[in-house]
Amino acid sequence: MINKLVIENLRHRWVRTLLCALVVGVQVMSILTLIGLSRGMLQDSANRAKGTGADIFLKPDTQGTFSFSSGQIDEKFEPFVAKQPHVAQALGVLITPVELITTISGVNVAPFEKMSGGFHFFAGGAPSAPDDIVVDNYYAQQHKLRVGSTVKLLNHAWRVSGIMRSGILGHLIVQLSSLQRLTGNATPPRVSEILVKLDDPARTTQTVDQLNALLKGNLRAISMTDLQSQFSVSNIPELRAFIGVITTLAVVVGFLVVFLSMYTAVIERTREIGILKALGAKPLTILDILVREAIVLAIAGCVIGILLSFASKALITGLMPSSLRVIDVPDWWPYAAAIALGGALLGAIYPGFKAARQDAIEALAYE
Amino acid sequence: MSSAQAAAPPIIRVRGLQKIYRLGDVDVPALRGVDLDVPRGEFLAVIGPSGSGKSTLFHILGGLAPPTSGEISIDGADLRRMSENERTAMRQKKIGFVFQKYNLLPTLTARDNIALAQSLAGVTAPPPGFEQILELLGIRQRLDHRPRALSGGEQQRVAIARALVNQPAILLADEPTGNLDTANSNAVLEILRDLNNRTGQTILMITHNPEAAAFADRTVAMRDGRMAAL
Repeated sequence: MINKLVIENLRHRWVRTLLCALVVGVQVMSILTLIGLSRGMLQDSANRAKGTGADIFLKPDTQGTFSFSSGQIDEKFEPFVAKQPHVAQALGVLITPVELITTISGVNVAPFEKMSGGFHFFAGGAPSAPDDIVVDNYYAQQHKLRVGSTVKLLNHAWRVSGIMRSGILGHLIVQLSSLQRLTGNATPPRVSEILVKLDDPARTTQTVDQLNALLKGNLRAISMTDLQSQFSVSNIPELRAFIGVITTLAVVVGFLVVFLSMYTAVIERTREIGILKALGAKPLTILDILVREAIVLAIAGCVIGILLSFASKALITGLMPSSLRVIDVPDWWPYAAAIALGGALLGAIYPGFKAARQDAIEALAYE
Repeated sequence: MSSAQAAAPPIIRVRGLQKIYRLGDVDVPALRGVDLDVPRGEFLAVIGPSGSGKSTLFHILGGLAPPTSGEISIDGADLRRMSENERTAMRQKKIGFVFQKYNLLPTLTARDNIALAQSLAGVTAPPPGFEQILELLGIRQRLDHRPRALSGGEQQRVAIARALVNQPAILLADEPTGNLDTANSNAVLEILRDLNNRTGQTILMITHNPEAAAFADRTVAMRDGRMAAL
């Protein structure tokens, strides 16, 4: 019967119930979208790194795994690495940011095609002229580009020579020499990282150790397997902190919304609380009713939030397919639900105790 | 009231009951030494003007407020010795309330309002004979309506059904006809009278209306926090 009373109370004030659940839903959506975005972006980066065909990445020894500061490695390391045992191919890549989170990659096209297995073009072909650029299908869709279109990046007009299937290195690929010239990395020629393909991938660990010993103080080798495993939220402290802040904000918002809703409900229902007390409801029963209402609001908010997260994913993917990648994170649904529930319960506690302590006679006299 | 009822110990026994409210630094005596015996099965009306203390007496007898001093026994239980929880338990099982403003929960149907009172008392099914009480009250066809769809008289009859569903020892009614027109007032009072006659339900009714009091077996008057001559 108490459950029926809870449901009827929520139905009776359906606008407030809906608004409250909606706000809780927005907080759940924020968390799920943020996690989905973080994972999606990292997974996309991992897939594109894997798409290069390299077994080992060489980065400046002082640089973090996810740093892409352009031009810190002298290109002369490339032939030096290529001569090492079991190295089938070494290839310098220059990576430069061009938009908020989009980078442009400069490669020597023929050797890169050999290493990666070649681009898969939907239209056009590889860059053959210094001003040619290859864009992936997501970037082309987002910026409405076709083969022959001009795209201005780094204060330079590029001609789209081909539209490739996404998944290799980056969304934008140009000739290495062009990018080095435009970014001041031509003299001496410098690159961001060196991709290494081995003659026998089974020797990756051994070769990583050898390269690290050989290049200590200059470059750091990391296997593709290790790189893939590092593309996770837990390996990026800044992202972890950001998610922590958003989660905390979600709890605070949930708490405030439910608190406000329950507080006004308690005042509005003062007389009803008096009736319940006259009928023999214990203070804990009154608290129980409000806590159950908060739980229902949180559950409804979770369902709304999960549905909204699909909508936000569709919106983000539709508007910015090349810049932002969002994936579904069903494993986070319980966490988001727990966060929403926690905020809602916190919000119900004070109004609940206020109601439980309500004097029955005063409550019955309340107009 | 039969002679056997008169010989049995009273279901309500009040001696020297005082209630003093403190408003700021001022003590306001609401009851100044009330003595009252109500035999089991009696329909008693307590009349008096506003401020006479009859509502305070109602609240104390119903366990909604503790007395300041005096003796008070309800169905053999000493109310002064009861904790808050024990008074709550007494309200669940021994007391049925009927209020002037009906006090039905607006979100629940009439049926659910009655069921809620049962649920709070930990009872799962209506007592035997409750269908007949619903018949007597004339609300069987209106049980699936919410209070806003019921007339004042119907709401008060639902409130009476709710008050009776746990078979209380005492039915306390505070101005049960105060919000009703004459026809509905008479109907409700007839029902209380009939209920008392048929089931022997003890009823204590607070009213300021002598015509309503006339439906009771006995009438006592209150004035300035004390029992007074009629």
